[in-house]
Amino acid sequence: MISGAVNLAAIPIALLQLALFVFLAPLLIGVIRQVRARLEGRAGSGLWQPWRDVRKLVAKDPVRAADSSWMLTVGPVALLVSSLLLCVLLPLVGTLPLPLVPSDLFVIVSIMLIGVVALALVGLDAGTAFGGMGSSRHMTVAALVEPTLLLAVYALSIPAGTSTLSLIVETRLENPAVIISPVSLLAMVALAIAIMAETSRLPIDNPSTHLELTMLHEAMVLEASGRDLAWLELGSWLKLAALLGLLSNLILPWGVLTDFSVAGVLVGLAAVTVKVLVLGALLSVGEVFLAKVRLFRVPELLAGSFALALLAVTASYLVA
Amino acid sequence: MTSVAAGMLGQVLLMLTAVAAALLTSSRWRSRVSGILCALLAGAGVVTGALALFGGRGSLTIPTALPLDPLVLSPDRLGGLVMLVVSVVGLLASLFGIGSARVASASRTAWVSMAVFLFGMQLVPAATDVVSFLLFWEIMTLGSTALLLAHHATRGTVASALVWYSAMSQLSFFFVVAGFAVLAGVTGGTGFAALATLDPASWQASLAFVLLLLGFGGKAELVPLHVWVPRVLPEAPGHVAAAMSGAMVNIGVYGALLVCVRLLPNGPAWWGVLVMALGAVSALYGILQASVASNLKVLLAYSTTENMGLVFLGLGASVLLRGDHATGAADAALLAALLLMVSHAAFKATLFLGAGAVARSTGEMNLDRLGGLGSRMPWTAAAFGAAALGAAALPVTGGFVAEWMLLQALVHGSRVGGEVVSVTASVAMPLAVAVIALTAGLALLTFVKAYGIAFLARPRSVKAKQAREVPVIMRVPLAIGAILVVGLGLLPGPLAEALASALGPAFRPDVRTIGLAGIDARGIDVVLDPTTLLALAAVLLVPVLMAVLASARRHPTRVSPLPWAGGGSRLRPRMQYTATSYAEPLVRVFDDVLRPTRDVEVTHVGESRYLVERVHVEQSVSDVIETRLYRPVLILAQRFGVRARRAQNGSIHRYLSYSFLALLVVLIVVSL
Repeated sequence: MISGAVNLAAIPIALLQLALFVFLAPLLIGVIRQVRARLEGRAGSGLWQPWRDVRKLVAKDPVRAADSSWMLTVGPVALLVSSLLLCVLLPLVGTLPLPLVPSDLFVIVSIMLIGVVALALVGLDAGTAFGGMGSSRHMTVAALVEPTLLLAVYALSIPAGTSTLSLIVETRLENPAVIISPVSLLAMVALAIAIMAETSRLPIDNPSTHLELTMLHEAMVLEASGRDLAWLELGSWLKLAALLGLLSNLILPWGVLTDFSVAGVLVGLAAVTVKVLVLGALLSVGEVFLAKVRLFRVPELLAGSFALALLAVTASYLVA
Repeated sequence: MTSVAAGMLGQVLLMLTAVAAALLTSSRWRSRVSGILCALLAGAGVVTGALALFGGRGSLTIPTALPLDPLVLSPDRLGGLVMLVVSVVGLLASLFGIGSARVASASRTAWVSMAVFLFGMQLVPAATDVVSFLLFWEIMTLGSTALLLAHHATRGTVASALVWYSAMSQLSFFFVVAGFAVLAGVTGGTGFAALATLDPASWQASLAFVLLLLGFGGKAELVPLHVWVPRVLPEAPGHVAAAMSGAMVNIGVYGALLVCVRLLPNGPAWWGVLVMALGAVSALYGILQASVASNLKVLLAYSTTENMGLVFLGLGASVLLRGDHATGAADAALLAALLLMVSHAAFKATLFLGAGAVARSTGEMNLDRLGGLGSRMPWTAAAFGAAALGAAALPVTGGFVAEWMLLQALVHGSRVGGEVVSVTASVAMPLAVAVIALTAGLALLTFVKAYGIAFLARPRSVKAKQAREVPVIMRVPLAIGAILVVGLGLLPGPLAEALASALGPAFRPDVRTIGLAGIDARGIDVVLDPTTLLALAAVLLVPVLMAVLASARRHPTRVSPLPWAGGGSRLRPRMQYTATSYAEPLVRVFDDVLRPTRDVEVTHVGESRYLVERVHVEQSVSDVIETRLYRPVLILAQRFGVRARRAQNGSIHRYLSYSFLALLVVLIVVSL
């Protein structure tokens, strides 16, 4: 089934998807920040500020502490490459499977975890209290989020009979009734919470905090500067964009390319761009009304989402 | 004589030579001569195991005067696989021992028992009958017990660890003997072929299954029989711990495979549920304890419990699913268990050897006092890092492939062709997936902590600061181990084909090699090609690297003497996060299970309540199972001992009356 339907058109589409997301990810962050700024009554720094930040960081001399190691240089690159791999493998523009590397859920999660580990090691590398603190919290959240993540997509995989994400999206496209089934809704809520935790958004982490003691993600990148920081930021943004793209394709699979055609590619590109940006804006609106929960309340939140995911899986056996 | 038989005979001869050499050589040459001979012994095991795995046959018959079936050593494919795996680990451990064994761990006893231990371990999987199985099992246990004695003179904790180890291994042995006795009693033979004739649905089969499972589970360090592990392995020298945790546990797995695949295949569903539950509890408990451990060897020891738990989870799933006729997924789960066993042997041996290298260079196993070893011991750091990736099941390592296979088998297990296979499976599979996911997440934290705290950041003690890289003879096995960890992950296709063939005619997972040595599991219709994935990552790396290089040419990295640290400039290494603080959030989240004891002592300056002179924080996490399950039993036994003392007051009359009573009882029993 998977190996049989090898389609060479998948390769250029994957490249287009990659190029689109590298362009889109900073823009998405720009949209999120701008929407938030407007809702809070500020002018905001404009949609293109994240792009300008990356350009500025690449054009600076990185400074590293004397006791830090090669990890401070390699970690950010590893995070960036893992995020780029996500952008290639996930079914965002189209669901055509790449030869030999299907968008297998478990492979996707482990690629994402490489980025998580790289970031955690960067946090430990300089040997400061804040870096270690961020790294420890980040890994604790990542460890607790994993059961939810896997169970949620397990629930989604049951109607399709496979853990390959492109086939899951195709099944939902062919049979939209699946999308609004209770199983799917429960699983989507659980998945959404898991993705918020994975990408360090509110209410688990506050991406715009300036107070080190409350930081998760930001504490780990404190010691990075110049291009190292640029890769860390870009990698995290790409991960957020790719996961939001996946989420939007699971909720609204329409517009996704299933058979190769030039018009279809254009529609696919436009559809995913709109979906990601709209979802980003909605996320931003939601975040205005949320406060970061205490670190030791996070497990409760994750346990709740885990319960939803488990309910989704067991419900799928009862309902079907 | 076939080559397999010659290989086994060679192992016997090499063991005898190694024992003789260890006894006769002077202390100056002993480690070198014995180490090389042990390596040759393991090498013979590697060759014999590989031959048997790829279909070679041959047997050695040991004549006995006992009224039993003759003792025949003849490894089948599965036995060959296990012999190969334990021998490879034995080879690495022996090579490492040449360089690392010093003073106490290089004594005559140590090297004699190393040879005996390796020999016993390598020949357990060759046994084809109960008696030879138990014989080599006990040779292995005896060898490992004597090996642990090495540091008994300098460290007081060794004696108590050894008592625990002996007691627990004899408990395992008792269960195994009892289990085999039930089987042999019902079937009337001691050969494995004779034992396999028992109907798995009978109650005797169930009794034997539970007894054997407990026995083999004990050797595989499963909860609740794992209590010896965190005491024993930290006391063992690095190469011994590697051989025990990387190789000996596989003998436990082999025993369980022997039961589930050869002796009692197609057992009832509840066997599968029992094995899965045992595995799931072990996996979760093991990794929770590992994630909060600060001693590197304790951390690795508990992580073995976790990995063996996952192996048994896979094994149990295969028994359960086979009962539900989901054969494709059942075979995939069995294959996953084998993949886990093989990859665990590679990464755990490397991790323990790495820990041994750290111990030799710093004399310190407490992560809270390590740090910054990455720049001081680059070889060790690289090997430990690769193995840690394997233990955290990240691509591209053997550990990742194994866990991927297990998850796929579970996800595809609850339904066949869209139909739910059984209620049990549809509850057990999601729970198992959740357990594996949490285990994998915690393993990630555990090994980020182990690597990050020990090898990154700044040294937290003088010893860590003065660490030097270990000699070449110790780097070689580390490098081989690291290459194995990554190699198993890059070539899963051929590996899975070999493992599938080892399972023999009745169980034969349908796997093929696809793409660049990728794995294609036809039974559950999934593919994974790590090499292609790596190639794709390499393609994506090219533009990133070009950007890095272009930027680096114009903007070179500047080195500042101090980290920024949020503006704090007077940073001492003691102000870094330690392993204990790293795991602190986790201890809080799971404090119901871990039950940490915390003691905070604040010393104030003079009269003031607000000025603090010193804060002393002490936290320890004890093993709940030891304190709740074993302590009461031990206390009871001790009380009984104290009572029993009253019966022995030294009076000769009393002892004579005891003898008289005993004689009476015997006469009565005989006359009945």
